[in-house]
Amino acid sequence: MLKTLRTNDTALMILFTLVVLAGPLILAPVGAGYPDLMQRFVIYGIFAIGFNILFGLTGYLSFGHAAFLGVGSYSALWMLKLLSINIVPAIIFAVVVSGLFALLIGFVSLRRSGIYFSILTLAFAQMSYNLAYSVLTPITNGETGLQLDLEDPRILDSAGSAGQVASPSFFGLEMGDTAVVPFLGMDLQFNVGFYVSALILIGMFYLSLRIFRSPFGMILRAVKSNQTRLNYTGFNSRPYTLTAFVISGMYAGLAGALLVCMDPLAGAERMQWTASGEVVLMTIMGGAGTLIGPVLGAGIIKYFENIFSRINDEVVLGWFSALPDWLAEAFTTVISPFLGSGWHISLGLIFMLVVIFLPGGLVEGANRLMNLFTRLSGPRKNTASEEDAYADKGSLPTKAAPSSTVVNTKES
Amino acid sequence: MSILKVKGVNKRFGGLLALDDVNLSVRENTFHAIIGPNGAGKSTLLNCFIGKLMPDSGTVSFNDRSLLGLEPHEINQTGISRVFQTPEVFSELSILENVMIPAFAHRDGAFHISPFKSLAKETAIREQAEKILQDVGLIDERHHTASAMSRGNKRRLEMAMCLVQQPKLLLLDEPTAGMARADTNNTIDLLKTINEAHNITFVVIEHDMHVVFSLADRISVLSQGHVIVEDHPENIKGHPKVQEAYLGTAESE
Amino acid sequence: MDAILLQVLNGLDKGSAYALIALGLTLIFGTLGVVNFAHGALFMIGSFCTVTFNNLLSFERVTLSETELSPWGTPLEIHVPYVELWFGELGATMIDYSVFWSILFAIPVMLLIGIVMERGLIKHFYKRPHADQILVTFGLAIVLQEVIKTVYGANPIPQPAPDAFVGSVDIGAMIGMADNAVIYPIWRLVYFLFAGVVIGGIFAFLRYTTFGMVVRAGMADRETVGLLGIDIDKRFTAMFGLAAVVTGLAGVMYTPILSPNYHMGMDFLVLCFVVVVVGGMGSLTGAVAAGFLLGILQSFASMPEVKDFLFGFSIDQVIIYLVAVIILLTRPRGLMGRKGVMET
Repeated sequence: MLKTLRTNDTALMILFTLVVLAGPLILAPVGAGYPDLMQRFVIYGIFAIGFNILFGLTGYLSFGHAAFLGVGSYSALWMLKLLSINIVPAIIFAVVVSGLFALLIGFVSLRRSGIYFSILTLAFAQMSYNLAYSVLTPITNGETGLQLDLEDPRILDSAGSAGQVASPSFFGLEMGDTAVVPFLGMDLQFNVGFYVSALILIGMFYLSLRIFRSPFGMILRAVKSNQTRLNYTGFNSRPYTLTAFVISGMYAGLAGALLVCMDPLAGAERMQWTASGEVVLMTIMGGAGTLIGPVLGAGIIKYFENIFSRINDEVVLGWFSALPDWLAEAFTTVISPFLGSGWHISLGLIFMLVVIFLPGGLVEGANRLMNLFTRLSGPRKNTASEEDAYADKGSLPTKAAPSSTVVNTKES
Repeated sequence: MSILKVKGVNKRFGGLLALDDVNLSVRENTFHAIIGPNGAGKSTLLNCFIGKLMPDSGTVSFNDRSLLGLEPHEINQTGISRVFQTPEVFSELSILENVMIPAFAHRDGAFHISPFKSLAKETAIREQAEKILQDVGLIDERHHTASAMSRGNKRRLEMAMCLVQQPKLLLLDEPTAGMARADTNNTIDLLKTINEAHNITFVVIEHDMHVVFSLADRISVLSQGHVIVEDHPENIKGHPKVQEAYLGTAESE
Repeated sequence: MDAILLQVLNGLDKGSAYALIALGLTLIFGTLGVVNFAHGALFMIGSFCTVTFNNLLSFERVTLSETELSPWGTPLEIHVPYVELWFGELGATMIDYSVFWSILFAIPVMLLIGIVMERGLIKHFYKRPHADQILVTFGLAIVLQEVIKTVYGANPIPQPAPDAFVGSVDIGAMIGMADNAVIYPIWRLVYFLFAGVVIGGIFAFLRYTTFGMVVRAGMADRETVGLLGIDIDKRFTAMFGLAAVVTGLAGVMYTPILSPNYHMGMDFLVLCFVVVVVGGMGSLTGAVAAGFLLGILQSFASMPEVKDFLFGFSIDQVIIYLVAVIILLTRPRGLMGRKGVMET
């Protein structure tokens, strides 16, 4: 299967797989080795990869992708309630439903572009959110949120668990199961749910790689670059953008389904526009239009959200304990509003800085550092090196180092 | 035999009659220029060819198929390629990709989806694109992004993008507008080479008489929304009606 | 008849807020061509200007009573705001009317915030793609919202209307209908009148002053006005300040209707974007008209009769979005939009 890829992409794919599968080992030393958190890294990674297929390639900025996440969650949960506690039908159903939903919304929204498209998707998402809260309460259970129940019919396997609420499983492997392995003084937690999601993430990453490297992906990049020209080139751009929209909606639905498979509770706030904003943040922060960027962004935001928001004044004061009291307190006063519950301030600021100074996100930042490093260490070159840089941007396989942005940052 | 036929086209903008019963027929494998003073209706006419404007009455047909009401991509798929007044390319993509995209459109049609097919395996398309780039002299820089190109090179790239589709008709909208003399001459040479090497019908809208008389086999002169003369270049030069049209406006300016 | 009148009136206060915010939003991207996602935050900051000013006015001197005891046996604390201490009755009235005084407080504050925002951030984004403008102002909106949350807490802070404006009037009786048929809270009437004055003021300003004329010309064709040698940039900065003031004041006066909370900006922003799109991007009259229209429509949609008609579904929460979608699809430029605005 990997034969179809170029060597560099194969290397990227292998590295990506290894890093993801070694998740518990890598994340435990940095205090993020909990099943719950690791699952979120992976699931939001899928969400962001899907968003990137739309925004990164076509440049259409959707502010309503949380709607698909929510639809995925609700439909998966209903499947868990009605059909079987096995996650497979739930996931398939969720992807299909969110795909259909995306087809509908995309068909309407993609009639406009630019800011109008953003506002249309935003309006649709807010509408879905409000509907989930009010009219659709029988389906969504409104404010309380939808969850598994003792009375769930579960046509296929209701006999299995009497007397207690079942927990989602993959042919008997429960998502919540965790094997704790002591290693170098740490407890590594190998969790079923994490590995199920991780395998799906790897598959989804491969899919997105294939899309990026296909003629379809190239045409989508042409949409972003100059849509009018593309139309005069003989392509009908709308079905292409619609396909991208539906694919990315299905990714979001998949992520939503996985969320309820890990924690069988779906609330309407999952569809709110702040949630749509979050995936935008992740994608931009990591690097829109690059392969690895969105996953990176999702991981970083979820990580810092978890770590930063747990830091309170006392912890900060602890950092400065070596300093005189008054100085320590001064530092604490300055820093603590940005941590703990104030983490969102830092997030917003960092995001603004990224948009202002580093529109290509962290991946571009890593590239710049790399270039700086090579320039400093290597002998001074003339302008030819600049031309090489241009050459590397082309994503066709004839050059040794194609599509630099992706390959160069695999270390991160 | 004529490939593009314009019959009785009228277009009115408010009180202004921009096109007044325009009749035009472009013969196959000719280089047909449409000239005329400012405001004669050249751009309006072109916009009727490419589906941007709908005439109030009349017909525009290409190979006996009406072009009116077609979307830009449908017009392209009938075999008409178009070069823009200011070169329009996909700036963020590499030069090679810029040429491969129209090649795909030519081979696969307006919408053909195979999301997981690898670009690297499309060797036929790539070779085709590389051959055209060789012809226009951009082969060495094919992996550079298009954004960094000079205007003259962008024009070359645009030509390559059109040629790779093997169009039956190539529409050129003031291909040398805003160019320096040297670039203009380069463009003329480029067009000459293409004209000799390919069996393409050209329709060019142009201001610059030097360009027109270097290239055209046939010229239509448009004045105040009306075709006043259509003839060979040598007959156009001294034609009294043409002089009147140009000098008339020159005086009023 | 009275039911309809009541719904129209009910829609007016929300509609006024929509109209004011949408007006500010349109001023900004009509003139500067910038899509400002932080605009809702300006509305929110405006309403927190009221909170701040009220807090300032209410600084109290605490003295211990020499005679009275609290239920716990300690001397009773007597709280007297300094303003009352210094100005007596006048001071008490000032506190009562703090919402109005807040306007005077909010104008310089909002103007400053607007100018700092434009000079410090927005200015650098004129030439960047709209997506970048959306993203950076979205980031700013998050920051502003969270700063307010850190300073003022997550809970809404109720602000009273001045005593004289508490309660309702019987509008029905005034215009000859049955008593108690159409009863309307006084403050909402005040808000509507206030919005009318502000909107009228802005339109008059744009129409009858040279400054306004230049700005309107700039909205129509920025480059040409720049070529005339007019320093359009300075005026646009001022315009951003003005838009911030308008939006801020909308927030100041809205406080007795909706207790200020940190997320009200975002809530209103989404709706007001929809309003602007429905009205037609870049059209000031369109923004105002659509604001009132959608406010009233929303109020009609919440009528029990409508709910019964739709088999028990209440659609007041979604009606605005639904209308927006329909309008965008049937009249892509909105009700009064001009050609070529934000279409790339």
